[in-house]
Formats: sequence, C-alpha cells, structure tokens
Amino acid sequence: MRNVSKVITVIVFIFLYVPIIILAIASFSSGTDLAVFKEFTLNQYHELFRDTDLLALVRNSAVIAVLSTAIATILGTAAALGMHKMSKKMRNLVMSMTNIPMTNPDIVTGVSLALMFAFTGTMLKLNSILGFWTLLIAHVTFNLPYVILNVMPRLAQMDQNLTDAAMDLGCTPIKAFFKVTIHEIMPGIIAGALMSFTMSLDDFVISYFVTGSGFVTLPVEIYNYTKKPIHPKLYALFTLMFIVILALMIIMNVLQAKADKKKSESHVNQMGGVS
Amino acid sequence: MAQELICLKDLVMEFGKDRVLDSINLSIEDKKFMTLLGPSGCGKTTTLRIIAGFQNPTSGEVFFDGQKINDVPPYKRQINTVFQNYALFPHLDVYDNIAFGLRISKLPEAEIDKRVGEMLEAVSLKGFENRKVTSLSGGQQQRVAIARALVNRPKVLLLDEPLGALDLRLRKDMQNELKAIQQEVGITFVYVTHDQEEALSMSDTVVVMDGGKIQQIGTPEDIYNEPANAFVADFIGESNILDGIMIDDFRVKFFDREFACVDQGFEKNEPVDVVIRPEDVDIVAPDDGHLCGTVTNVTFKGVHYDTIVDFKGFKWLIQTTDFHREGSVIGIRLNPDDIHVMHKSEYSGMFGDYSSYSEEYDDISVVEDDEENE
Repeated sequence: MRNVSKVITVIVFIFLYVPIIILAIASFSSGTDLAVFKEFTLNQYHELFRDTDLLALVRNSAVIAVLSTAIATILGTAAALGMHKMSKKMRNLVMSMTNIPMTNPDIVTGVSLALMFAFTGTMLKLNSILGFWTLLIAHVTFNLPYVILNVMPRLAQMDQNLTDAAMDLGCTPIKAFFKVTIHEIMPGIIAGALMSFTMSLDDFVISYFVTGSGFVTLPVEIYNYTKKPIHPKLYALFTLMFIVILALMIIMNVLQAKADKKKSESHVNQMGGVS
Repeated sequence: MAQELICLKDLVMEFGKDRVLDSINLSIEDKKFMTLLGPSGCGKTTTLRIIAGFQNPTSGEVFFDGQKINDVPPYKRQINTVFQNYALFPHLDVYDNIAFGLRISKLPEAEIDKRVGEMLEAVSLKGFENRKVTSLSGGQQQRVAIARALVNRPKVLLLDEPLGALDLRLRKDMQNELKAIQQEVGITFVYVTHDQEEALSMSDTVVVMDGGKIQQIGTPEDIYNEPANAFVADFIGESNILDGIMIDDFRVKFFDREFACVDQGFEKNEPVDVVIRPEDVDIVAPDDGHLCGTVTNVTFKGVHYDTIVDFKGFKWLIQTTDFHREGSVIGIRLNPDDIHVMHKSEYSGMFGDYSSYSEEYDDISVVEDDEENE
C-alpha cells in the first residue's frame, strides 16, 4: 500500500513539473524545434532582453499586478476588519457574497465587467474607456476576495483582547490597528497580497474583455502569438516568470511556517506556565 | 473617610434580548480593593468592561471623579486593565510591552526608561527586558501584564480574572503579591473573579453578583457572616439553609424547635431562611443535643471531615475535626451566634440542602446518565 501511494505521488509530481522542466530546457536550446536539444545557449535570453516591445508588455503586466495588489490589499484588509466586527450571521452572509465572485467563471466576470464599463462609457459619452483604468479596476475587483479570504482567519485567531489592550493603553482605534492588530494579521495580509499578485499577473480571460488596444498586458498579447509559432525567446520569458512566482511562493510558505512556529511556541509556554 | 471615585448608576446592559446587567448601582471608593464576585455569566466582566470603556451600557450612567464618562473612549480614561489571559503584544519584547502606554503618550525616552526599570523591579522581572513575551511562563506573563498597566500610573486598575490561568500554588503567591502591590501603589483596584476564596482574602469590599444583579455588598467578614440571601450564603463557603419562622426578635423556630438567635427586625412569624455554617456546629452526645441525627457519609478533607448528617430527612453538612463513623447517631448544639437568619428571596429553596451530596447519590446519577446515552 505504502509503495503504491509513493509511486502515485511520484507520478503526480511528474505530471505537475515535467512540462515546466521541458520549457526551461527548451529556453536554453539553440534550436527552434522543441523535439531536439541542440546545444546550450543563452541566446533566447539575449533576444528576450533586446525585444523592447515584449519588455513593455512585461512592464505593463507588472504595473497592473503591483498596483492592483496594493489597492486590493488595503481595501481587502479594511473590509475584513469591518466584516470581523459584524454579527456572526451577517459576517457569514457577507463572506459568502465575497466568495461567489471567486468561484464565478472568469469569462462571466470578464463579460459583465466589460458590459459595465461599456455602459459607463456611454453614460459619460466617451468613445471607449477601456484601457489602463478599466483594467486596474477589474484586477482590483477579482483580487479583493483573495485578500479578504486570507485576512479573515487571522483576525478570528487573534486574541480579541489585544485591540482592547492597545486602546486601554492610550491608542485611538486607528493607532491600535497600526501598533498591534496589523502585526498579528500580517501573515494573512502578505499571503493575500502574494496570491493577488500572481492572480493578476497571469490573468488573461478577464483582462481580455476589459482592456483596449491602448494598454495590453503580457497574457493578452501572448494569446495573439499562439496563432503563429511561438518564438523561443518566450520560453525564456516564461521560465523567468516561473522562477519569480516560485520565489514568491517559497517566501509565502516560509513566512507561514515562521508564524505557525511562533504560535505553537507561545502555546507550549502557556501550557508550561499552567503545569 | 475614603472618597468615592467611580459611581455606577442604574446600569442596564442588554445584548439583543439578553439582559446581562439589571440596574447596577455601585460606588467604588478611592484607593480600595474592590472585588466583583459571581459565577460565570453573572455580569461581572461586563461591568468591568463598562468601567474600562470597552462597552457602552444600554442605559445608566458611569461617573469617574464626579464626571460622567459614558462617552469618554477607553484611551482617554485614567483607567488601565489587566486582561484575562494577559493580552500581551506578541510582537514586542517585555520592555516594549511595558513601555507601550508611555510611548503612546509620547514621554521622553529617558523618563520611559526610568519608569519601565522601576516597574520591572517592582514585579521582580529585572533582566527579562529583552525576552519575548511568548517565551515567558504564565506567572511571568502575568507580572508583565500588571507592570504594563501600572507603569501608566492609572487612578484605577481593573483586573479581569487575572489569576485564572495559573496553578493553585502560584495563584496563592500572586494573591498576596497583588494585595501588596495595591497597598504600595495606593490606587483603586477593581478585581473580577469567580473564586470566593480569592475575593475574601484580598478585598476591602466584595460585591456578590448573580443574574446581572448585585446580591450583596460588604466587607469579606460581612459577606461570610451575614449573607443577604440563600445565593450569597451558598456561593460564599458552604451553608446549610433551612426553612424557619421568625417568632419574635431573637427567637427563630425550625425543626419544630425554638432557638435563640442574634437577629432582629423581622415581622412577627415571618417565614425566613436560616443559615448554619458547617464549621459552626458543635457535636455532642445524642442526649445532650438540641437536635439528633444519623451520620450518612464521611469524607476526609485533610483539616477536617465533611460529615453528612440526616436530621428528619434533611441532610446537613457538618465540618468537624472529630471522626464520626457512618451510621452513628450524634447530637448537635447551636449557639445563638451560630444561627444566621435571612429574609426569603427568589433563591430560597434552591441551595443549602446536602441530600444529593453523598457519593452513593452521585453513582446513581451516573448510571442514569449512561442509560440515557444508550
């Protein structure tokens, strides 16, 4: 039994990682044919960094990801704080309402946002408002639930007396948040922000519907590329993107592990004090 | 005469349909140690949170030094709190936890350093400045919590079951220490607990609460010796509570027998509750006793034996250092000051009968429970 589950685990990992490994290998190959690895080269990377059009797209994606993450993190944390203070019934209701957009098919979210922007554009008598701002609003919208989802449990786990204690010692409610509460929920905020960042970075479906020709992100443009053969310099780009996301995930997990360790430590000590 | 510092007038607190506090009137004197004592859910913590400013009463007024403070937020009150489970800030070390309040009020660092140093010494935590609070034992965390509150030199320190998480030995030590600290700093302590022994040993004044109402206010001696009703008599220490009739001043009748007592001021022939403390009963030979009963259960408690005696079907708890074996017949004598008479209350008949005390009865109830589960 044990061996079987081991074998299955290995197979699962092969399925998950072999495509990425192939991509990474291909990015170092001098040939254009994926099937043959001719010789090791960094040419694809050189070409990538010479392609200013492509780099502009990367920059666009990064700008949208960073801005939408920052805005969603601030708004989401504030929303979570407000929801935390609601009655349990109300909180569960609002939680479900914020979760639904997350499970909603992207295409539905994308089309409905596009319709809303089109409607707004007509109201404002503008030809087309699709572009940077609509894209940013859309990304903030679909990122918000992820921040709320990550921050809420942290708030619930926090000793509710901590905020009272801060106010008892002279903090206004806002000061109490920045001096105490934020430290307690930081792992949740960071996890939510990282998740938002990656979601935003690789979103194609929603972005496709809400952006105009003026401001295009990497995934949207790459979709156009797929109609013709992909240039190998893109393998290099994808490999780099994978490494960036991987690094973010590792940071996230390390932070999580650290926070959990801290938690169990304090728990052990309290137990020790009682015995 | 001590001055009134905090005054609660007609406090009512409702959570939805739950009335947690029901017209609480309380005057707290300056520089005194006052304890709010009661079972969980009696409203003692809510009262404390209203004084601290974390909760607003549904109606009623809170006065501090003569000023109404209902609308003053907690961070503007000259009151600090030691929380249940301490609520120390996990991301700060011991020093920064204690300095927290002083930094918020923007004192110069030199002054902060001096006062934190003094406080660390006062709670015997010198050398622990840079320790993480999560690495401290329960007792040490407790001291940090007290230091963090007292360093701000509040006029009132509120303590919400601060010793609840400590083991028995440490709790006793901390009781003495808390009392000593209170006398040394000379400020008002308002202490919340469900532990009657803690309340009796530390307080100047004890406020007994139940069901959102104050049942009795008095010194520990008053509360113990002159309980106001059956609830107080039962909650503070052990009590045998009997139905009686007040024949006249100083004369009470129970078990069809008249006894001399020290109570007066009741209506003639008023039905009353009679309290007899288990340790006040003198055991004598059956023929010499006012009453005669059969021992049904004996439990050794170290200092004394808990002896259950059946008097005409009503079982008493008597605490005695002499052993009387099960089944033996004994007599008891009651002196006038062993008998305490109380007015009837809503609690009459709910407490003070030790019929269900014996282990035999416990076993039966356990068996019944098992059957129900099946």
